Amino acid sequence: MADIISEYEDRLPIKILGEIKNNLPKGISDSKLKKIMEAVYDEYSNAKAHPGESVGLIAAESIGEPGTQMTLNTFHFAGVAEMNVTLGLPRIIEILDGRKELDNPMMEIYLKKPYASGKKVEELRHLALQIKETKLKDISTEFTINIADFTIEVSLDKDKMKEIELTNSKVMDAILKQLKGYNIKDNKDSLVLKARSKEDVFNDAYKTKEKIKGITVKGIKGISQVLPVKREDEFVIITAGSNLADVLQLEEVDAYRTTTNNIFEIEQVLGIEAARQSIINEIFKVIESQGLNVDVRHIMLVADTMCVSGTLKGITRYGVVSDKSSVLARASFETPIKHIINAALVGEVDNLDSVVENVMVNQPVPIGTGLPSLAVKAPQKAKEK
Amino acid sequence: MTEVYLNSKFAGSVDNPIEFVQKIREERRKGTISENLNVYYNENTNDIQLESSKGRARRPLIIVKDGTPLLTERHIKQLEKNEISWSDLVKQGVIEYLDAAEEENSLVAFFESELTPEHTHLEITPLAMLGYCTSLVPYGNFNQSTRLNAGSKNQKQALGFYASNFAVRMDMDVNMLHYPQKPVVSTIINDISDYDKHPAGQNIVVAIMSYKGYNMEDAIILNKGSIERGLGRSTYYRPSTAEELRYAGGLIDQICIPDKDVKGYKTEKDYRFLEDDGIIYAEAKIKEGDVVIGKTSPPRFLSSMEEYSLASSTRRESSVNLKHGEEGIVDFVMITENEEGNKLIQVKVRDERVPEVGDKFTSRHGQKGVVGLIVPQGDMPFSASGIVPDLIFSHHGIPSRMTISHLIEMIAGKTGALAGRYINGTAFDAEPEEKLRKELLSLGFRESGVETLYNGQTGEQYHAKIFIGSMYYLKLKHMVANKIHSRARGPIQLLTRQPTEGRAKEGGLRLGEMEKDTFVAHGASLLLKERFDSDRTIVPVCESCGIIAIKDNYKNKSYCPVCGENVEINDIEISYAFKLMLDEFKSLGIYPKLQLESKY
Repeated sequence: MADIISEYEDRLPIKILGEIKNNLPKGISDSKLKKIMEAVYDEYSNAKAHPGESVGLIAAESIGEPGTQMTLNTFHFAGVAEMNVTLGLPRIIEILDGRKELDNPMMEIYLKKPYASGKKVEELRHLALQIKETKLKDISTEFTINIADFTIEVSLDKDKMKEIELTNSKVMDAILKQLKGYNIKDNKDSLVLKARSKEDVFNDAYKTKEKIKGITVKGIKGISQVLPVKREDEFVIITAGSNLADVLQLEEVDAYRTTTNNIFEIEQVLGIEAARQSIINEIFKVIESQGLNVDVRHIMLVADTMCVSGTLKGITRYGVVSDKSSVLARASFETPIKHIINAALVGEVDNLDSVVENVMVNQPVPIGTGLPSLAVKAPQKAKEK
Repeated sequence: MTEVYLNSKFAGSVDNPIEFVQKIREERRKGTISENLNVYYNENTNDIQLESSKGRARRPLIIVKDGTPLLTERHIKQLEKNEISWSDLVKQGVIEYLDAAEEENSLVAFFESELTPEHTHLEITPLAMLGYCTSLVPYGNFNQSTRLNAGSKNQKQALGFYASNFAVRMDMDVNMLHYPQKPVVSTIINDISDYDKHPAGQNIVVAIMSYKGYNMEDAIILNKGSIERGLGRSTYYRPSTAEELRYAGGLIDQICIPDKDVKGYKTEKDYRFLEDDGIIYAEAKIKEGDVVIGKTSPPRFLSSMEEYSLASSTRRESSVNLKHGEEGIVDFVMITENEEGNKLIQVKVRDERVPEVGDKFTSRHGQKGVVGLIVPQGDMPFSASGIVPDLIFSHHGIPSRMTISHLIEMIAGKTGALAGRYINGTAFDAEPEEKLRKELLSLGFRESGVETLYNGQTGEQYHAKIFIGSMYYLKLKHMVANKIHSRARGPIQLLTRQPTEGRAKEGGLRLGEMEKDTFVAHGASLLLKERFDSDRTIVPVCESCGIIAIKDNYKNKSYCPVCGENVEINDIEISYAFKLMLDEFKSLGIYPKLQLESKY
């Protein structure tokens, strides 16, 4: 049995072979298995795109046409916390451009078993507080500079600190970690910062005063809002702002399912394969939310082209398009002068291998019926005649 | 202290703003202050804005004092007798104009019955909220505002009787409707604006039904008999003008029949309608290409004349001829001179336009449509009394658009036509529909307006009763004759050798970027190439330097401008646009080297 399947190893993908193996009834006869394998192989080759099929263009049309019907709105999360979600065309553009900074970065943090049940509300709240970024200015009422001895006094909002489970010492630790060259004195209701160096300049103190306002005293940097949501029977924390690397460090977080909508971050933390899958998921999510119907394989192709080089590249003149080998193709996309001048400087050769160049010079495009050509060289005599 | 601003500039301050504003208004009504001044007291910001600048939108209202309007029966009687006019009422302080700001300070009642002591003004008529074209829509208050908008927009494009001296006017691109009628169902604005003196439509019998699907998607069906009787017939006038321009050096254009040795001489046939003065005669039947005014111009460059001055008559032909696709009869020739004293000729060409498939018609309710079929009268449905509709309108145009006024006009028009009277359809103040229905019943018709119709081709009775009535229809200025266009071969652009663009230049229809994509998506590579072959050229290329070579057909040999004659030169087929791009590269100092390779 095994050798019948292994015969097909270089003709069928491993995944399909695995599925066949797992689903075969026990003690199947060799002749039956052969028939199954043949049927599967036929199905598989029928499903493959034909050589010379312009898959890229068909993908572009298949995504582009429904795209004209998409709304340009961003939607708002109803609820306590005001959270925006970019959806529709702007989001698709954001993904395809491969942007590093998103309009509305978001995370979906899944939790490990005991925490996910949400039975202990206090625990969940505690966790949410641990994730949400609290800046120094959020827990203080006043920042004052004492001109006499160039100290900065931060008056603390004790009620708020209690609410989010913060103590003076924790705040002091956080400040010391992120601000060098200062000593802190704890005055219970306030903290007094004094520079260690003697060269006290007022401007310096003023700058530090502004700087310490943004110091993260608790939580994960970049996560501005936290919203625990019940999904089926577990609690998921949805956040505004994204910081995948730091969130995955948390013990309670289920690292296998936690995601962010920032594809660039996924690429950095989890690698290019994860980024590819995430592009597919994100685009598909948008298309689905608009009630449109696009085959995933088109999206997969787009995701593949964005990721083949090993790093995430947007479909822009700096990304995927800059990788095209043809000068004319690049020039016909955007900034033609730049491309032609650079090509002239290094003496680039355009082999007229793809579509746009051939349309420009009015030659059959190497697609479909224009693809095949003679492989045999005509004998010299015949040519002369 | 309240600040006072005059036209948004600080002017001073007052202690008692209410009294101040009151006083200004009183003085304005008395006439001591200009009636163009408006006052607005803003309680929130506690300031007074006085406005007298140009360009504010203002509207007239009747002034109300202690719950009674100042406009009395006496005024109305005087108005009827023509003893006083509108401006007298304004002068007397009965009516005043408010701008948007002052309206904020006033309380306006819609009807007299609604008046309370708090009210400061009374609306003259609800019709005042509609514009000129919109208030021409009968029963317009039954419609959605968007339809009303569409209806008034359509009326602006209607062909009509725009001026009674049209025969001696030289207007560009105008149409005259042949038998304009005044609408049976009209509004008060029709009377006020003397619409009857320049009407723009015809009262016709309309049936709402389908006819073999030829009125799908807003199309309409016309009765051929009606067209032959003059329905929607119009004349299109287009003038041609020519001027004897003066050039530097005392040279001048000449209006004459061009000599045969003039540069660019057409054929003798083209000039056949010209009289001795070089101008066409009236009532000449002309077609495209025929010369209307013969004209020659001096050579374009003086120097070129000096260099090759073999003959002094290297004048250019610059006659005015009928453009592509046009035809008509010369209506009127005018010879005059322009401001600079140059001879100016204007020729008006007329073309009779009988309605044809593709012409656009509309009712006054935004129900526009294009003629889909012209049916011989014998094949049209007919009613028991022998009435044959002039036009068949599709029932699918009604539910989604909800133009109730369209339906009411049909009832009203039917009643009016049968009773022999005009019907007032003014919005908010029309003859009630119920009354019309009762009258229709008394005239011997079903009060619902439906009738039994018979199939014109088989004589069978239609199962459904058909809603049929009379209404006012307009022919719009968009006619196929001005738009029809096709091309198989034709002129090309000089620079790119690609087909020209646009109907006037007999241009091609562009196969654009996205259309190209569909060819690629189908893998129809060779078809794509064929479609883009319009500017294909065969050029010789030098194999050694890769630059386009020169082919000397006279000596029958090719040579390269760089490498000379002893190189291999081969012909390639490329688009002229690409050859042009290569030339542009060369002019930029970029060397585009072609490396030839056998494709097969």
